[in-house]
Amino acid sequence: MASSTIDGASHANGDALQHNPTALFFAWFGELGMFCGSLVRTLFQRPFEGHEILRQMDAIGAKSLPVVALAGAATGIVMSMQMRDSMARFGGKSLLPAVIVFALIKESGPIITALVASGRVGAGIGAELGSMKVTEQIDAISASAVNPLKYLAATRVIACALMLPLLAIAADFCGVMSGWVALTLTDPISLELFLNNGFRNMTFNDLLPSTLKTAVFGMIIGVLSCFQGMRATGGTEGVGRAATSSVVLSSLFVIVSDVFLVRLIQIFFS
Amino acid sequence: MSDNMLQLSTPETPPITETGEPYVAVRGLWKSFGQRQVLAGIDLIVQRAETVSVLGCSGTGKSVLLKLLIGLQKPDSGSVRIAGKDISHLAIDELNAVRKKIGFLFQQAALYDSLTVAENVEFPLKRHTQSSPAARKERVLRLLSSVGMEQDLHKLPSEISGGMQKRVGIARALALDPELLLFDEPTSGLDPLTAIEIGNLISKLNRERSITAIVVTHDIPAARAFTDRFVVLHEGRVAGQGTFEELQRSREPFVERLLSSLTTEVKS
Repeated sequence: MASSTIDGASHANGDALQHNPTALFFAWFGELGMFCGSLVRTLFQRPFEGHEILRQMDAIGAKSLPVVALAGAATGIVMSMQMRDSMARFGGKSLLPAVIVFALIKESGPIITALVASGRVGAGIGAELGSMKVTEQIDAISASAVNPLKYLAATRVIACALMLPLLAIAADFCGVMSGWVALTLTDPISLELFLNNGFRNMTFNDLLPSTLKTAVFGMIIGVLSCFQGMRATGGTEGVGRAATSSVVLSSLFVIVSDVFLVRLIQIFFS
Repeated sequence: MSDNMLQLSTPETPPITETGEPYVAVRGLWKSFGQRQVLAGIDLIVQRAETVSVLGCSGTGKSVLLKLLIGLQKPDSGSVRIAGKDISHLAIDELNAVRKKIGFLFQQAALYDSLTVAENVEFPLKRHTQSSPAARKERVLRLLSSVGMEQDLHKLPSEISGGMQKRVGIARALALDPELLLFDEPTSGLDPLTAIEIGNLISKLNRERSITAIVVTHDIPAARAFTDRFVVLHEGRVAGQGTFEELQRSREPFVERLLSSLTTEVKS
């Protein structure tokens, strides 16, 4: 179906494209590019939808906190248990607190947060917007002379970008604390000593970039989930596809972007 | 439904245009989806304060026509002029200025399912008027009273029936005092009494507020109560138009078939 809408990016999914995976691949990127362009333009247009952004921050951030905290805590415990044996083998047991803290804060915390958010938030946004699309609620927003890209997508992308760093800090905190608990159960160590050893050589250049890169992850999750949701077609099956593809694409793009972000952080902050 | 439709409000802004040209002028409108040609050169003129009902089989592009009229779809070729403005070539801001003058009732009402009934109706008011929350609340109540839904302000769309959703959809469509109303099958799926009530409501709007309306419907008996002129679509073109009596005299085969099927349906 080759439909074109006036509000959003045109859907260039014509019949000719449907049987050509390469063309579909490039068409998807083209549409994503146009979607991002329109999204950026709406960011500078009034109204700024502050109330809706706050509502989304609650839905995306506060309601993801328990699962992110749990994932962070589990990561801390696993890391503590796995690293203890390895470090003992190489005679570096005293470095264990630093290894746990550095690994969690620089990489595990942010990436676990982003992947958990891809699952919870990505699926939620993809399904919600997909459902709104197939039940014509997005058309109804346009018909009310409100830009759905601004009201639905921009608000969610901003909320994701703002909340992911906070969630990452929560995951880091829970991971470090649970890492200490796991460690102290086998090799008793005071919390003060654990933290002193762990954070002794840590600088803001270690902490800030790795935490702030989750804002980029948040943008990726928000943009891809909104994009997939808003182009859903085909009833409930289409909603399911939108939700699944939101999670898969968000997770994939988060992991790939992490490679580039880590390299950039090394260049600019090492 | 209560009789306070006239008290909703008096339009504060003058009509978009006073050029004397038809309020809606569609010329040579073509629209296809992939290989499927839906509209093949539609011409349609609707005068100010006229109520036109669009008839035709399912899949003949009636709903697509409405979406083209409000700019939700772009035509392949042809022009759509609303109040003197060709909307197919407008930038989104200009298009939104035109859309503020149009109320649209979707086939399934398309209420925002995360918002309550009252919030649905308040949605356009909140975004396009400077009124205080108290004034908005009062207007929402008046709009919902006019469609008999004042008891269900705080319910979610999922908690009310399809007919009630349509009524709320009408209240939302009326929120900004539109000059043009587009109804996509307003009575489909409703019981006969509610269908008549909705028909009476459309008739009243047209009579008391001189609103121009285009109604896509299959419900010809209900439509006769409020329609000035019927337009019959067939295979992407206008197969016939006129009053119901004029259509009955039409020799166009599809129009004859459509009306005879109606007669059979009524008898059965």
